[in-house]
Amino acid sequence: MNKPTRWTRLLPTLGPGTVWLLVFTLVPTLLIFYTSFLQRDPHGWLSGPLTLENYRRFFGIGPDGIDPLYLEILGRSLLLGLVTTVATVVIGYPFAFFIAGSPRKNLLLLLVVLPFWTNFLIRVYAWIVIFQRKGVLNALLGHFGLDPVLLYPSWTAVYVGTIYTYLPFLILPLYASVEKIDWTLLEAAHDLGAGRLRGFWHAVFPQTLPGLIAGVLLVFIPAVGTFVISDLLGAGKAILVGNVIQQQFGASRDWAFGSAAAFVLMAVVLTGLWLYARWAGERGMEELV
Amino acid sequence: MTGRRWLTLHGVLVLLFLYLPIAVIVVLSFNESKYGVAWHGFTLKWYRQLLEHTRIHPYVWNSLIVATVSTFLSTVLGTLLALGLARYRFPWRGGLLFLLYIPVVIPDVVMGVSLLLFFAWVQRAFDALHLGLTTVILGHVSFQIAYVTLVVKSRLAGLDPSLDEAAADLGAAGWTRFWKVTFPLIAPGIAAAALLAFTLSLDDFVITFFTAGPGATTLPIYIFSSVKRGVTPEIHALSTLMILVTTLALIAVQRVQARR
Repeated sequence: MNKPTRWTRLLPTLGPGTVWLLVFTLVPTLLIFYTSFLQRDPHGWLSGPLTLENYRRFFGIGPDGIDPLYLEILGRSLLLGLVTTVATVVIGYPFAFFIAGSPRKNLLLLLVVLPFWTNFLIRVYAWIVIFQRKGVLNALLGHFGLDPVLLYPSWTAVYVGTIYTYLPFLILPLYASVEKIDWTLLEAAHDLGAGRLRGFWHAVFPQTLPGLIAGVLLVFIPAVGTFVISDLLGAGKAILVGNVIQQQFGASRDWAFGSAAAFVLMAVVLTGLWLYARWAGERGMEELV
Repeated sequence: MTGRRWLTLHGVLVLLFLYLPIAVIVVLSFNESKYGVAWHGFTLKWYRQLLEHTRIHPYVWNSLIVATVSTFLSTVLGTLLALGLARYRFPWRGGLLFLLYIPVVIPDVVMGVSLLLFFAWVQRAFDALHLGLTTVILGHVSFQIAYVTLVVKSRLAGLDPSLDEAAADLGAAGWTRFWKVTFPLIAPGIAAAALLAFTLSLDDFVITFFTAGPGATTLPIYIFSSVKRGVTPEIHALSTLMILVTTLALIAVQRVQARR
């Protein structure tokens, strides 16, 4: 069983899928990398020679020093990804324990899965209805005689919308770990004289780590790359890397520069994943699905 | 037991946070008033208007066509991949897994523009693959494959290999063995994977946004462009209907799983 299988047996099962992935996943990804070294030509298409110009522009390296325009945008995306991740962990971590300890586990799980499966545009749209000038929030504030607040469009709305959208992505994998916790380890820790905090930290927390890290990646990756949430809740004024990419492939039609921006975003995400894969192995990658 | 009480309070607040926005949309979809959020009485007229609007019918059809065709293709390709990955040893296994994970882990905007770029190159070189329903389907299959493969693969990992070996000892050849032994055992896994793929396709906005041509508007694309134009009670009604479909589908899935 240790010898490699003969290719005549591999071909019918692995062949079609591998070819599909090579053509429609690997080639397009490599094309992004290649195109990021090209230039836009006058006909709206791409041409050589190969150049680092797009990366120079993205990182803002010019003759008079650094122009941080795109670096700032990248920083804003990373900040949104980071804040969203921390917020979903703070909200979701106790919640996973709440589900696991509840007698109505299945119902609660269904209640988390339902927003998860509800179309994501609808969930973002709901926050426009809440935050707009004559929206639900201001109606409520007015009811109590308070002044209205203008939260749409705003960065606050973008942050709330992103946290709301990705919260279930953290809770579900985390819950899978919490449910499997071996609580006898905590008893053992207490028997050995560990206090509540030390007992939790050494006996419980490590057991939740696989689900927690999978959840963190599932939140961070889409949050750092979003363009839809910032587009809708920031109404064109909140610009993230995702918006830069979308604009370059849309209205601005500078696909070469857009490819460079996309590659930078991909590099950020892949670096994080590479670290995760080294730590978690193949089993850990499966937790991401 | 105060710890448990705090946990429950926190839990209730999180549930409120998760459901308030959804409740707002559902309630407003029955509101008589076209503007604002003040309650002006119960009505079903936004639903009537929505259903009478033949404009959205083609978008619903496009969504269903894309989801059906892409689910079929990705379920076949993904199941075969899962079988190969679970059974055979080969030197480029790590490379294949890496390839499989690309669509799961890169931000969807990157996948969307890379497919757009790819289709544009193919179009210039071969005058083929103009943006339309076909390109949307190709894009959807590309991200569905990974999910199908991993779901079926985990089902295969839970199988008792001695069943397959027993069938082989009794003389069942490759295909017969597959159809008579393996397939019935993993059929529930394949069904779950197909359902997941179908939902992912129906729900997708970003990949569709970049790979759809002018005639290939799906329901999410329509929702996006309407929302950009402003908030209307008709969108509330459409959203409520979609939430209802999701809820019913989820309850159905739970029932099926509970029976097993």
